[in-house]
This record gives sequence, structure tokens and C-alpha cells, in this order.
Amino acid sequence: MYRYDEFDATIVRERVEQFRGQVTRRLAGELTEDQFRPLRLKNGLYLQLHAYMLRIAVPYGVLNSKQMRKLAHIARRYDRGFGHFTTRQNIQFNWPQLGDVPDILQHLAEVEMHAIQTSGNCIRNVTADQFAGVAADEIEDPRIWAEIVRQWSTFHPEFSYLPRKFKIAVTGAPDDRAAVRVHDIGLRIVQNEAGETGFEVWVGGGLGRTPIIGVAIRKFLPKEHLLSYLEAILRTYNLLGRRDNIYKARIKILVQATGGEKFGQMVEEEWEKIKDGPLHLPQAEIDRIHRYFAPPAYEALPDVDPAFETAKLENPDFARWARVNLVKHKVPGYAIVNASLKPEGGAPGDASADQMDLLADLADKFSLGEVRVTHHQNIVFPNVRKRDLFALWQRLKSARLATSNLGFISDIIACPGLDYCNLANARSIPVAQRLSRHFSDPRKLDEIGDLRLNISGCINACGHHHVGHIGILGVDKQGQEFYQVTVGGSSKDDASLGKIVGAAFSEDDIVPAIDTIINTYLANRTDRSERFLDYVRRAGVDPFKEALYGPAPARRTAAE
Amino acid sequence: MALLQHGALQPNNWRFVGDDAAIPAEGPVTVSLKRWQAESEVLRGRNAPIGVRLKNDEPALALGEDVHRLSLIEVEFPKFTDGRAFSQARILRDKLGYEGELRAVGTILRDQYLFMTRCGIDSVELPEGKAIDGYLAALKEFSAWYQPASDGRPTVMELRHPANANARRGAAPIVTASVAAHSA
Repeated sequence: MYRYDEFDATIVRERVEQFRGQVTRRLAGELTEDQFRPLRLKNGLYLQLHAYMLRIAVPYGVLNSKQMRKLAHIARRYDRGFGHFTTRQNIQFNWPQLGDVPDILQHLAEVEMHAIQTSGNCIRNVTADQFAGVAADEIEDPRIWAEIVRQWSTFHPEFSYLPRKFKIAVTGAPDDRAAVRVHDIGLRIVQNEAGETGFEVWVGGGLGRTPIIGVAIRKFLPKEHLLSYLEAILRTYNLLGRRDNIYKARIKILVQATGGEKFGQMVEEEWEKIKDGPLHLPQAEIDRIHRYFAPPAYEALPDVDPAFETAKLENPDFARWARVNLVKHKVPGYAIVNASLKPEGGAPGDASADQMDLLADLADKFSLGEVRVTHHQNIVFPNVRKRDLFALWQRLKSARLATSNLGFISDIIACPGLDYCNLANARSIPVAQRLSRHFSDPRKLDEIGDLRLNISGCINACGHHHVGHIGILGVDKQGQEFYQVTVGGSSKDDASLGKIVGAAFSEDDIVPAIDTIINTYLANRTDRSERFLDYVRRAGVDPFKEALYGPAPARRTAAE
Repeated sequence: MALLQHGALQPNNWRFVGDDAAIPAEGPVTVSLKRWQAESEVLRGRNAPIGVRLKNDEPALALGEDVHRLSLIEVEFPKFTDGRAFSQARILRDKLGYEGELRAVGTILRDQYLFMTRCGIDSVELPEGKAIDGYLAALKEFSAWYQPASDGRPTVMELRHPANANARRGAAPIVTASVAAHSA
């Protein structure tokens, strides 16, 4: 993974001191809360319902064991023994004291971490495919480019007071695991006819109040021009993005208002003027960063490991976990392991300090010292020998980290919701907990198959409900928590936005409603190979409407 | 209002003259872009320095070659969270090659001052008597820079790869004398 050189270390150290000064000025009353707010947000510090919340950057989701241990330490010393992994591959702590935050940053700097630009109207932490560098289907490792973008976007003097937040994601594989089409900028590494790799550039996607799938404004961008192209997009947005209405300020609104083609032309025009300037990426720098992500020294192993095969035969629970939670590794004899942070009845994405310490120990013992945070709020061990899988599983199981539900209905994405967040209309975590209890039978999960269920506690969509195969959105109805349901969303290469099935459900009715939706699917799919998403795309919303709300003769008569 | 320039609070002898007001016979003035475009002949005929105050939704490129006839361009920060003028400043410096004084007016926190200087702004308007220690300290909060901007400071990437940097800087946008002096 990337390691700081003297320059990176200097910048992060100087940031700690700068923020310490800002906190001191706030506590002394030299800064008003209005003035302090954008400053603290640029450092990931929110004022939530009960306390401050600190969001720490995990650039493109990569953590080494030392960093994970440091997070455990922070959870114990400054929080209540927990951390919450987020859909941007970051981690949040919900109970730090304002005065302690500079010290927390100091701790983080010691392990080459920070909270820079994890919030605020600036370029946020760059995300990438959680299987980068190890996935069998990868064209090229996106981490190199994510790191280059991280450095360029850090304290960018021109783009630190944008109209609104700005999120960039990079994927290097045809199977889009980074949801690039629903980002402000999504970068897909692609190959052109000459066999060269470059970027397909997507702009103006996003969720929130106005969910929009982005548009590809460039089919192939040579890699050396990445930063000048990003700068051209950002400059166009900074000058022309709306600032009169916070809900219309994202780049997606500008792209929609301008038209994708026209917006692309404006970017190209700007880019032509700057592409050969100092933003042109020197090959030496690409090579330098590339070296940090060189593959580790893998052992030459047979792809079939007898011990692993035997363990599966002897232990059905393990066999099931291996079938569900492992992903194919590019090197024979190795596997990519997903440790679920979605145990039955748990809060999605939460990990205790003890669990974090264990994850760090297991990373050292089984995965070359590294883990990844996924935007589905799980943890990945990227490099595990197949012969170690059984031992790893046993250790994970002892800490409730071995739920076999990756990609199933109980692998729920959920925002913190009204339990913590002052924007939320409704609680998300209790709904996720009840659903995960309701759908805990492994046979039921297998029967339902591939299903993504995402929950947001409000229209800001931190839980990505629009792109869940089933989406649940918390709404407020006369002071009561209600839940609106959508079906048919996807964040992958076939990205789409879910459609609303009908009137929202009360807290008591939401789990039965989801159950009805699942039963409708199971009863009507052609066979098991028709996934839930395929079924919705074929049959539309009507079968669900009917099952949930009964036949609607009035509606039909009117239509006829 | 006073001016923070060259590391000290200075008196400001410039005046912004609204579109409906008469242009005074003497003294340096700034006018709106609209007025400059309509009356540039007359304004240039005065025997005093002339400048333009750009609104932050006006395209800086509209000034074109005129930038070389101006002694001051002001860019606006109506709220400190409104960052359009950072881009305007960079366009004036890097694209139009403006070498005169570039001033920020409006709401300016010390926490933005460093970014302003990086974008080529070399003076900022502050209330009379404002304590400037914090602003000067803010300029020293960082000592390394990831991005090329309009201040000519070498970037981290250039320091990592000096041979490449020299070649690229040759093709780079102009680094103006005043900005280079400011960052020195």
C-alpha cells in the first residue's frame, strides 16, 4: 500500500497543527460557530444529535493492521468502544469531545491517517474497488489513480469552497464495484483498440434528493492527462454550479441543466488549454506510486488446496461461508475474504474496538497485514491462502464476524439514521436489525439469492436506498417515522434507480411489507436464475403494488 | 476598508464607483465590468489608475487583453463559503497573464488567505484596524503543496521529480512577476 514520503507526512502534520489552532480559536470564542462550521466539516467533524461525530478518511478503503489497531485505540479512548464503517469506505466515531479531536488527529498522523476533506463542500475522500489489485477480473489497479487523485485534491486552493460536496470513485474492473455511475466523477479504467489503458470519465451522477445516473463525457482519456481533466471539470463546476439553493448545488444539477454533451464540450475546451501544463503527470510519478502497489511476494500454490476442500466437506457452515463470502483471487491458491459487519441483529458497519484489534491481528496472520473497507460496510482480507481459510473463519466466527451473507438481503447498507444523525427523519439501524433477524435463516437467504437492500433515514440518501434492489427511505409523516419502499435500483454497470412501490409503511408494517415483496418475487420468478433485480425489470412494480396494497380497480378503471 | 498587502495593513486609496455614480476627476477607481466595457475609452483617458471589480458570476475571460490596461482587478467573496473567485483569480493569472494587483474583497477569513495567495490574489480588503497576525500566521501553516497553482511555488511532485518539472514549467502558464514576488 501507499506509504507517506517526507512531503505527505509534513502536510498531514501541518494540518493537525492548523486544526488544533482552529479548535483553540473556537473554544476561546474567536471563531463563531458559523465560521467554525465549514472549517470543522473540512476535517470531518460534524455536530450530531448528541455529540460531535468525527469521520476519518480511509483512502480508497485500504488499511494496514497498524492503522486498524490505532482505530481500535481511538474507539476505546475517545469513543464508547465502537466505530462505524461507512459507505465511503471511511470510519466514523460518534462520541469524541471537541477538545480531544486535535489529539485524535495526532494519533492518526502517527500511522499516516487523517480526517482531511471527509466532509464539507470540497473534494471528498476518493473511493475505489475494494478488491483492487487482487480481483481476477481487473484490467488495472485503481488504487494508483485513487492515490494520485487523493494527493491532487488535498488542500486544493481553488476547489476548497465548492458549491457542494464532490465525490470521486475509481474502478479498474469491468464489474463495477465502486458505483462510479452514481458519483460526481466516476473513473473507469478501460482499454482502447490499441490496447492502451485509460479512463472513461463519468460526470454528474449522484444520489441524495435528486438521484441521477451520470453521463460519460469522455470515452478514453490517456492516463497522463487525468489531473488536468479533473481540474477542467472542477473549474467548470466551481464557476457555474448553483450556489443559491443547497439542494440544487451538486454537479449533477449543472450537468442536467447544461446537457451532458454541452457540459462535456465546456470541459474539453477548458482542458485543451491546460492539459500540457504542470498538471501533466510525469511517468516518474506514476511509476513511483505504482511501486507502492506492486503485488506482494505470493507463494506458488496449487489452486485447489486439499485441506480447504476437506474442511468444507466436514463443516457445512464453513462450506456455506466459503461459498458466499469468498471472491476469486487473481493468484492461484489465494482467496479474497469478506468479513461481514452485518451479523444478525447488528448495526450495519459497526465494529467494536475488540473486533478491530482482532481484524488487525488476523490481517497480520493471514492477509499480509492489510484489510479493506468496502462501500457495502464490510471488511475484506485481500490476500488469504486457501489453506488458511478454515483457521481464519474460526477466528472470525468467534467474534461474530463470519456471518455468511455477502450480497444477500441481510447484507444491508444503512446510514446511522435518527439514532445519531440530526438530518434524519427516521431510524435506520432498528429497521436493519429487525430485517436481519427476520431474514437470518441461511436456507431462506439462499433461496432469495442475490439481493441488495439499502436503508436511508432521510432523503439525503447516505444509505444509497435509490440503488438498492430494494430501497427503504425513512420519511416523516406528522411526527411519525414511516418508510417508503423502492424496488429495482442498482449501482453496478447496469446502474438504475429504484421505483417507489406505493404509500409508505409504518415502523410496525415495514418488515412484513419487505416479506411480502420477497414472497411476490419468489412466487413469480421464472426460476432461480432470475434474480430479484431481473424480475423487477421484467415484471415492473405492479405485482408488488398489488401484493402490498391489494388490487386497485379504481386506478385501472381510470386508466382505461 | 484597509488592505492587507506585502505582509502589513495598508491604507487603501482605491474607490469602487457604482454604475450610476459619476467618475471622480482624480484618484484610482474600480468600476464594474459592464461599465468598463461601455466606457473604457473615457476611463483610460483619466490621468489616474483604473481597475475593474468582477462580480463572481461574471466570466473573467471577458476581460481578455484588457487586463493589461488595468492596474487592479478585484474579485468578490460575498460570503466566505462562496469560492467562485478562486477560479476567477486563476483564470486572470494563468490564462490572461494578468500581472497587476489582484485583490479579494468581501468576507475573508484568515483560514482562506493562504488559498487566496496560491490562486494569485496578492491583496485582501480588511476592516480598518483589523488584527492581521492571524492572517500572516496562516500563510505559514503549510510548507508543501500538492497542486500547481498560480503562485509559482514548486509542487511536491516537482520536488520529487525535478528533471521533469523543468521541462513542464517551460510549457506552463505564465507565472507572473507580482505573484512570484509575493510568494518569495
